Amino acid sequence: MGQAIQSALNPTGIQAARISDLYWLMFWTSTVVYVAVLIALTVAIWRGRRSDAGEPSRATAAKWVTAATAISIVTLIGLLFASVATGRAMGSLSTENALGIEVVGYQWWWSVKYKNPTPSLEVTTANELHVPVGRPIAISLKAFDVIHSFWVPNLHGKVDLIPGRENLITLQVDRAGVYRGQCAEYCGLQHAHMAFNIIAEESDAFERWLTAQRTPAPPPSSPELTSGLAVVERGPCQMCHTIRGTTAGGRFGPDLTHVATRSTLASGTVPNTPDALTSWIKDPQHIKPGTKMPSTGLSEQELQALVAYLQTLK
Amino acid sequence: MSAETDQLAATWQDPPGLLGWFSAVDHKTIGIRFIVTAFGFFILGGLEAATMRLQLARPDNGLIGPDLYNQIFTMHGTTMMFLFAVPLVLAFGVYFVPLMVGARAMALPRLLAFGYWIYLFGGIFLYVMFALNIGPDQGWFSYVPLAGPEYGIGKRADVWAQLITFTEVSGLIVAICLVTTIFKLRAPGMSLNRIPLFVWSELVTSFMVIFAMPSVMIASTTLILDRLVGTHFYNPADGGDPILWQHLFWFFGHPEVYIIFLPAQGIMSMLLSTFSHRPVFGHQALMLSLTATAFIGFGVWVHHMFATGLPQLGISFFTAASIMIVIPTGVQIFCWIATLWGARIRYDTPMLYALAFFVIFIIGGLTGVMLASVPLDLQVHDTFFVVAHLHYVLIGGSVFPLLGGFHYWFPKMTGRMLSERLGKIAFALLFIGFNLTFFPQHVLGLHGMPRRVYTYPENMGWGTLNLLASTGAVTMFIALCIYLANVIISRRSGAIAGENPWDAPTLEWTTSSPPPAYNFSPLPTVTGTDPVWEHTDEVPIVVGVASECREVLVTHVMDAEPDHKKEWPEPSIWPLWTALVITGLFIGSIFTPWAVVVGAIPATFAMVGWFWPKRGQSPEALIRRLEAGDHPPLEQVL
Repeated sequence: MGQAIQSALNPTGIQAARISDLYWLMFWTSTVVYVAVLIALTVAIWRGRRSDAGEPSRATAAKWVTAATAISIVTLIGLLFASVATGRAMGSLSTENALGIEVVGYQWWWSVKYKNPTPSLEVTTANELHVPVGRPIAISLKAFDVIHSFWVPNLHGKVDLIPGRENLITLQVDRAGVYRGQCAEYCGLQHAHMAFNIIAEESDAFERWLTAQRTPAPPPSSPELTSGLAVVERGPCQMCHTIRGTTAGGRFGPDLTHVATRSTLASGTVPNTPDALTSWIKDPQHIKPGTKMPSTGLSEQELQALVAYLQTLK
Repeated sequence: MSAETDQLAATWQDPPGLLGWFSAVDHKTIGIRFIVTAFGFFILGGLEAATMRLQLARPDNGLIGPDLYNQIFTMHGTTMMFLFAVPLVLAFGVYFVPLMVGARAMALPRLLAFGYWIYLFGGIFLYVMFALNIGPDQGWFSYVPLAGPEYGIGKRADVWAQLITFTEVSGLIVAICLVTTIFKLRAPGMSLNRIPLFVWSELVTSFMVIFAMPSVMIASTTLILDRLVGTHFYNPADGGDPILWQHLFWFFGHPEVYIIFLPAQGIMSMLLSTFSHRPVFGHQALMLSLTATAFIGFGVWVHHMFATGLPQLGISFFTAASIMIVIPTGVQIFCWIATLWGARIRYDTPMLYALAFFVIFIIGGLTGVMLASVPLDLQVHDTFFVVAHLHYVLIGGSVFPLLGGFHYWFPKMTGRMLSERLGKIAFALLFIGFNLTFFPQHVLGLHGMPRRVYTYPENMGWGTLNLLASTGAVTMFIALCIYLANVIISRRSGAIAGENPWDAPTLEWTTSSPPPAYNFSPLPTVTGTDPVWEHTDEVPIVVGVASECREVLVTHVMDAEPDHKKEWPEPSIWPLWTALVITGLFIGSIFTPWAVVVGAIPATFAMVGWFWPKRGQSPEALIRRLEAGDHPPLEQVL
């Protein structure tokens, strides 16, 4: 299955590993039950082919039916306990010293905020979560518009983001790597293109990334870049997007302060290359029909300057 | 034909001509209409499914865009649940329950006719809207706020909500007709514990309909109110709650699954008994299992909401209930295996469908246990694993027995046999195609593919299994075409069936194929669960029920002792008029709340026409007749 970066059967975190163990327990139990019942059915039919096989006495049949029912009940109770025990174990993940992140679902992208008691140290990004390996992570989940669901199968099951409510998911990544997540609650036109990446790295690499994200956007260093920034600040971009360090402060689209560090555009729809960025800004509706980002009608020159400027937002 | 049966035929026949066609109230006529219409919607729903499978056959496919895809999957779910499965399981009841309980007619015949029209008009309404690009696109579950006033733009969500009103009205009506028929019109001697299992399953299902449907009617009505007159039931900013919708919807939605499933269980019992030529083992255990499933079925709805962040302790109870519901189903399967144990089985096509049930449904049942587990559900919820599960349960557990049941009862309905050759080819292709389509979807779900996505990127590695599933869907499509061709061909030129071609045990096989308008003459009585096989020579018959007017014998609920005779309503055009007026009212109320007020006026006139009393039936005359000793015939009457 590809690189299995979005698979419940390739757990790379403790929560997903627990679920995966439970899955295999249930899988093998189910297999045994299925085979047993089909064997019983086959034998039942097979006996009918022999001419001497008569109807079993009602008492014998009743005994077998009762026994089979009793075995089923015991098996089911066993599975119930296994399920509850797994749920309990998952709830026991300590959130002490946990990294606090807030994820807000929008149609059709994810806003990601790294919480900090000092407001100026908070960091907002989009469609990408960098997390340290081995440290519990507590993600609070909110929805801006409709219901979405946060799901990274390699790390944990899904939890919904519901307007008017706040949910919490706690997880821990045990192996560095890039994992893919995707919205799992149907949320409208572009539900299919609402993915995100979790980049799990060692804690010093993570801290470096976080520190870099806290810096505002660098000022433009050439006339072309200056005109690119001008497009952002005077054109339509700033109505929805924020770039810290500039006057762009819109709240309806992804924060672009460090957009050039991200690996995808439009919530995992296309890779973040200059060409893709150009065609995305030029005609977003072609790449992701229905996206809330409108075609902006920029001239070729403006577009070029804008893309050049955005490339500097590292 | 004797003079008696001539008279009966004249009394009970639906009137001739076009007007007569629209006035029909015979439960067999209405039943056939229901069955044909439901299969028509099955074809439409199947075409939608095939379109989706074509779109998903390869990654980044551009065959259809998101807007159409979202409409199509919503239409597929809505059609299959509301316009195919529920109407069809009830339709078999409409046709066969009166025959299986030995009744002359169905209770509340005009209401039944109205129920059919309202169902038909609702379905047509949905598809006209779809053709106009106003088809619902928010999923068959219509979660708010996506379906609410702010995000559900246009009239699409209203179309869905109002379709629900149509089908629920129809479903409730049929359920009430069935309950009344089963409780009050059974042949003398058919005490509750001698009811054929199919009839019992229809009874239990009807009660489930009566308790489950009001919940979704409240849900869809409040949704329309939110959208049309600005109430705030589901608006969190004003104290409403999107979770309320999910509770209301799934309190209906999960019992709905059992509404579709239980009648199929009834059919399973009939098929296994007939083709092994034995009474079903554990008749009462099976009755209790059906009943237990119905009760527990109302206590599992939250397992659709495990990911919404409800409190752990609370949802554990729903895990327990969802696991518990496996037990009665298990008991049924064990009883059926005991029935088959050492029996000389005839492998006619209906029996093949019944045997396929075991192979397919049990997989669905076992994945159901997995979905009952909260942690595991969090992984596979809303993925293709669930798509696989629900199709294993609903197609394996319900559609296969229903197709088998249709094969089994086709001779009774038409007088001709379906071709076994074509039947077996269709069965084999359907069995293979089904597993090819849905088994890979378990794997896809575990490997992270969510449901309701119109496309997926190539590097996810989901392409091969999706292509396999799409190949399976094409196979299923071919299989169903052959099934349909078989029906069309055999309807004209199939072998003549005779009264009881399968040597089946229940009462519907004691009358001619197709049955006469009056069902039976003389009216039967029964002494056990399998009347045809009991070979008792001295079974009493019912006499003294008038043949020159539509007189029906009403019996007691528990032991079916004769209670009184009652004259049944004549055919009438008014149910059709009422349905047309109500249809206008329902559709109008998508656009303005005043439609309810304005529409009530013609609705009142239509009802007046419907209930206009007949001449010559004064209460005094009735009292005189009763005083003259004109009471029911059998001795049990006190």
